[in-house]
Amino acid sequence: MKRLATYREIILAAIIAVMVIGISIVAPAFGTRDTFVAVLNDTAFLFMMALAQMIVILTRGIDLSVAANLALTGMLTAMVAEHHPDLPIIVFVVLSTVIGLGLGLINGGLVAALQIPPIVVTLGTLAVFRGMIVVIGGGAQVDGANMGANFQLLPKLTVFGLSSIFWIAVLIAVACWLFLTRTRPGRGLYAVGCNPVAARYCGIDLGRQQLIAYAISGAVAGLSGYLWVARYGVAYVEIATGYELTVIAACVIGGVSIGGGVGSVAGTLLGALFIGLIVNALPVMQVSPFWQMAISGAVILLAVIINARAEARPDKLILPRARREAARVGA
Amino acid sequence: MNDNSYTADRRRLLKVLAAGSAAAALPLGFGTPAFAANKRIALVVKNLGNTYFDACRDGANEAAKQLGGMEIIYTAPTKPTAEDQIAVLDSLIAQKVDGLIIAADDANALVPVGKKAMQRGIKVISFDSAVATGGRLMHLSASSTPMIGAKQVQMIAKTLKGEGEVAILSAASTMTNQNSWIAAMKEEWKKPEYAKMPLVATVYGDDQDDKSYREMQALVKAHPNLKGVISPTTIGIRAGAKAIMDGGLIGKVYITGLGLPSEMKDAVEKGACDSFAIWNPVDYGYAATMIMADILGGASAKPGTSVKMGRLGETKIGDDGEAVMGEPFTFDKSNVEKFAKIF
Repeated sequence: MKRLATYREIILAAIIAVMVIGISIVAPAFGTRDTFVAVLNDTAFLFMMALAQMIVILTRGIDLSVAANLALTGMLTAMVAEHHPDLPIIVFVVLSTVIGLGLGLINGGLVAALQIPPIVVTLGTLAVFRGMIVVIGGGAQVDGANMGANFQLLPKLTVFGLSSIFWIAVLIAVACWLFLTRTRPGRGLYAVGCNPVAARYCGIDLGRQQLIAYAISGAVAGLSGYLWVARYGVAYVEIATGYELTVIAACVIGGVSIGGGVGSVAGTLLGALFIGLIVNALPVMQVSPFWQMAISGAVILLAVIINARAEARPDKLILPRARREAARVGA
Repeated sequence: MNDNSYTADRRRLLKVLAAGSAAAALPLGFGTPAFAANKRIALVVKNLGNTYFDACRDGANEAAKQLGGMEIIYTAPTKPTAEDQIAVLDSLIAQKVDGLIIAADDANALVPVGKKAMQRGIKVISFDSAVATGGRLMHLSASSTPMIGAKQVQMIAKTLKGEGEVAILSAASTMTNQNSWIAAMKEEWKKPEYAKMPLVATVYGDDQDDKSYREMQALVKAHPNLKGVISPTTIGIRAGAKAIMDGGLIGKVYITGLGLPSEMKDAVEKGACDSFAIWNPVDYGYAATMIMADILGGASAKPGTSVKMGRLGETKIGDDGEAVMGEPFTFDKSNVEKFAKIF
């Protein structure tokens, strides 16, 4: 049996490669090293947030509050920076991750303990988090000039020309891959998503898995909040409005099943890269702005259609590949 | 602490003092009326904690100080909603203030409360965001669409000395004010002095920092000869300026448009932006207060008449009951530092 996921990822990678070549022919200005660096830097946020979202979607959940979490955490961190501009960078990194984690635990707690549908819970917390920014900040914004140089330093650091945000996304991707393929809670996420009833009989606690998923989603959103504010040099109520939909779209294009239980780190990264390429390339190709949204939307629909067809095949398996193959050989 | 009784006592005291010295009241400069009695004017803005409106208040206080015999009550709801603003206005009407200057949270919802105030002899004008006709005597716009459009084209022409490709980085393609400003720019662009400065593209950053930043990067790639960008939105101009600074494009591409000094200070000092404009909120609060003083002093504020704005001169009220303060105020290296502290 061929692994469908791998097959899908190869197809997506091929599509991306064809796109890059095609775009570079149509718009030669796009086919430069600088552009690819810029695309990777720009897509770094999407890489990490899509991975975190995938973890939630694996449990048959969804986290609509990630962009609001990002904005609220970004605002809080910026306000701390405003009053203590001399704090070392690591404090902001830890602080934002912890705040985001806390907000994620609120989601996780509501979903796990009260068993309210995740879409309702996170729709609610989306509004609450955005509202809290107004309450806490009094509707005012924090400008880059008031945050201090230290706060804004991290996104400016580069290794091989790639921003530190990209490298943080790489670290998160590696961590996610290890977590999902090598740990018990990581495999448990696939289990509860594939078949919650069977998972329970295997002794996997659904509530605990959900709590873990939303906590990770929140922590990554929080960290992104600090990085976002530091990169764009401003914190206000409306940053990243609607970004949760881009994040979910990246997951869907990357082959993560909204029905839960299916999704991989590589696929999600490719899905994010696909969106990153489109949003960066369409303006360079001078496609009419009125068409850009329609094209992005059409691509997402296409991905969902391909996904739906793929899901018709019974290929949801809990075991990691090595053990699955071992089991097959043994049998 | 009882603020109200203190204010009331002080008012009574000032009234007595003012009455006593009424004959000695000197005519003040700029042809604005001086008041014999203390007038209380309420400046009701959209919401509290907004630095822009705080700057407007500073202008109002400047006007009050210049005129003398005038007290500014600066207030607003905590949330920018019409319901909360109406509650604030109702309490001010009950306190029998002399004038209301309103930045409306909703044009139509405030009409009844504005009418109620005017029936009780309180003069009502609006600024920043208009109260609809019927709910106020007149509205003061900071600037007019043709002036805003023309100003931005003039600024980039000055920076580029009239030569080089220029693009527009707007907010969303559906925003009416953005589109009417862009239309006004294109009108200005028809003049012969801009012949060597073609408009090559109009792109939309949707008033999101990340998208505006990307659009700016793309503009530079798609148009290798691009020299200037006009961004008539505070978010677009700051994100665009950041893309110029991050991309090592300082000196190659300049951005201008409508921006806030506190956000643009860095870009101006580093050379990504030569000059930008926006209405000066201090002047705006000042002008509105001066007009209120003129109305309290007897000006009718009917369409077709003029009202006085102190040091900013006079403005004529159009048929729609709206007047214009002036063209947007230009910020550059010489003054951005000073204004960055204000807003």
